[in-house]
Amino acid sequence: MLSDFDFSVLTDSLPFLWAGLQFTIQLTLVAMTGGIIFGTLLALARLSSMKPLAMAAAAYVNTMRSIPLVMVILWFFLLLPLLTGKPMGAESSAMMTFMAFEAAYYSEIMRAGIQSVPRGQVHAGQAMGFTYSQSMRFVVLPQAFRNMLPILLTQTIVLFQDTSLVYAIGSKDLLKASEIAGKNYNRPIEMYIFVALIYFIICFSLSQLVKRLQQRIAIIR
Amino acid sequence: MNYHWNWGIFFDQVQNGDETYLAWLISALGWTVAVSITAWIMALVLGAIIGTLRTVPHRGISFFANAWVELFRNIPLLVQMFLWFFVVPELLPKDLALWVKQDMPAKEFVTAAICLGLFTSSRIAEQTRAGIQSLPRGQTNAGLAMGFTRAQVYRYVLLPMAFRIIVPPLTSELMNIFKNSSVAFAIGVLELTFVSRQMQEDTSQGIEVYAAVTLLYFICAFAANRGMALVEKRVQVPGYIAGAH
Amino acid sequence: MIEIKNVSKWYGQFQVLTECTTQVAKGEVIVVCGPSGSGKSTLIKCVNALEPFQQGDVVVDGISLSDPKTDLPKLRSRVGMVFQNFELFPHMSITENLTIAQVKVLGRSSDEARDVGLKLLDRVGLTAQAAKFPGQLSGGQQQRVAIARALSMNPICMLFDEPTSALDPEMVNEVLDVMVQLAKEGMTMMCVTHEMGFARKVASRVIFMDHGRIVEDDSKEAFFGSPRSERAQLFLSKILQH
Repeated sequence: MLSDFDFSVLTDSLPFLWAGLQFTIQLTLVAMTGGIIFGTLLALARLSSMKPLAMAAAAYVNTMRSIPLVMVILWFFLLLPLLTGKPMGAESSAMMTFMAFEAAYYSEIMRAGIQSVPRGQVHAGQAMGFTYSQSMRFVVLPQAFRNMLPILLTQTIVLFQDTSLVYAIGSKDLLKASEIAGKNYNRPIEMYIFVALIYFIICFSLSQLVKRLQQRIAIIR
Repeated sequence: MNYHWNWGIFFDQVQNGDETYLAWLISALGWTVAVSITAWIMALVLGAIIGTLRTVPHRGISFFANAWVELFRNIPLLVQMFLWFFVVPELLPKDLALWVKQDMPAKEFVTAAICLGLFTSSRIAEQTRAGIQSLPRGQTNAGLAMGFTRAQVYRYVLLPMAFRIIVPPLTSELMNIFKNSSVAFAIGVLELTFVSRQMQEDTSQGIEVYAAVTLLYFICAFAANRGMALVEKRVQVPGYIAGAH
Repeated sequence: MIEIKNVSKWYGQFQVLTECTTQVAKGEVIVVCGPSGSGKSTLIKCVNALEPFQQGDVVVDGISLSDPKTDLPKLRSRVGMVFQNFELFPHMSITENLTIAQVKVLGRSSDEARDVGLKLLDRVGLTAQAAKFPGQLSGGQQQRVAIARALSMNPICMLFDEPTSALDPEMVNEVLDVMVQLAKEGMTMMCVTHEMGFARKVASRVIFMDHGRIVEDDSKEAFFGSPRSERAQLFLSKILQH
């Protein structure tokens, strides 16, 4: 029962958890940056008039989106060392996996964003003498990115939560750190509650921020 | 790539047992489906209720419904699994806790289904709310003007239409629930992901095993998609185009 | 039949109705007109309490709406209402639209409800559409079904909230014809509409509203003959020009 709980272990394990949280944040930021860049390229490929390129991009995105993330993590952890011929740690493997996996989700958002920009904008760009890639870079993508910013950020909050699944290959993120701390101090219950609280506070505050941002964007429009 | 292929692995006997790995996989598929479908039914019922409550003009009720959604949405599913498996039994009265820990049948399965069901209910609640709010206000007024009570307006006018509108997002939720059921491996449900890790450890034939399991997940997602397409067709309203009025 | 006494209503700080008072006797047909945003739709929705009001009272058939003990669903079931956007239920067939409230609210058997519904459908000339869904009908047809749906509850009076303003011009008359017929049969009606031809033909009185106030409340002869207020004159000249 709750009265038997001992929450003093929490303070002792804080430095350890902080290291785990740092990795979780690092993984999130790397996957977000890589995912958005790679995802935007995928979106452009999907909307390209070159059929094979569009089809390849669509196949990649749809495949990634229909496999459970845990399986993708396991696949990469198995395949990366085989393909590179070098052993690869769980942490680096996780970074690669999340970049590749999240790119599929970000690409769908960017695709919707690009399609939300009226065609007249492209024509206006072309009328001013921009090439295709210039009108994408200077006219379409900035607007697409701005329109989709709240959704991109919401996806990043999902990504932040999803990083906990690196548990499957044992890399030391916030969750794994709390599990280890729980074992070391023989207080797993308190640690699970604590780590849930940390995740909740971070995700809830971020999602409230995104909500505000969304309202501000709605007003500007 | 230096890899020893062996596609016959599925017909080998498992270590310390007389089944084949194929039998393992089939039973694992069974658990994946069982967890997903049980959770899905729970999520639909709870999600519809919570989503409806979110649209009710009453402070206390909408606060409760919002809290529900925020709680399940802002904690990683894996952490929720651990909470249900390790923490919740500690919070129960002593006798019940003892029974849950020692005697509850299929403990891992029940826990995983409850966890996944509640997690998904918050997402379905969001869809339901959006569906209800997408209906024109005049529909509520028309119902009320005919003498329906609020509850009857929801029952006969708003919910039947809202659910038709949200069939497409529900389709992706059903596909998600199959994917998310993979997280149940962490509390020891013998579903596809758990078994694939186990087989990889036993046999080191990871590629073959993962390929088979991935294929099975594909089939689940495809079946979910087709099943919902059937539902969509059956509930389609003649002459109604979404958003047109 | 309907008494509106000193009704005032605010949306937050903004006052939408200011001390509106009028009454509708049994068998009267009242046309409410006025520029958009004048509060006429809000006023008519106060009559069956779809819009709450903060001051004053509305009494329908002797029942006060401001009395917290009043059973609003029961009262509404006795007051028929027709909306600007028809508001048929898109997921139900025409027959179901006509019968659902009879069964669920009045407790009629489904056979009885069906009889009543189909008779009314015949009356608005749409028997052939009974099995169809609202989305398969034209706007004018939908609005006629909506009138039949309201009548199926045997209302003591009918409220019309701009019943023709969402219709294509060629469909306006089929709806007005049904309304005229209804008026001639002695139905008590309160209609928010800009159809002045309809008003001339059947109205007992015309109410003109502006900025949430009832500016004129007069017999149709007096209203069309010589409206007293400038605003009503201006309004009339604008809509009668074409």
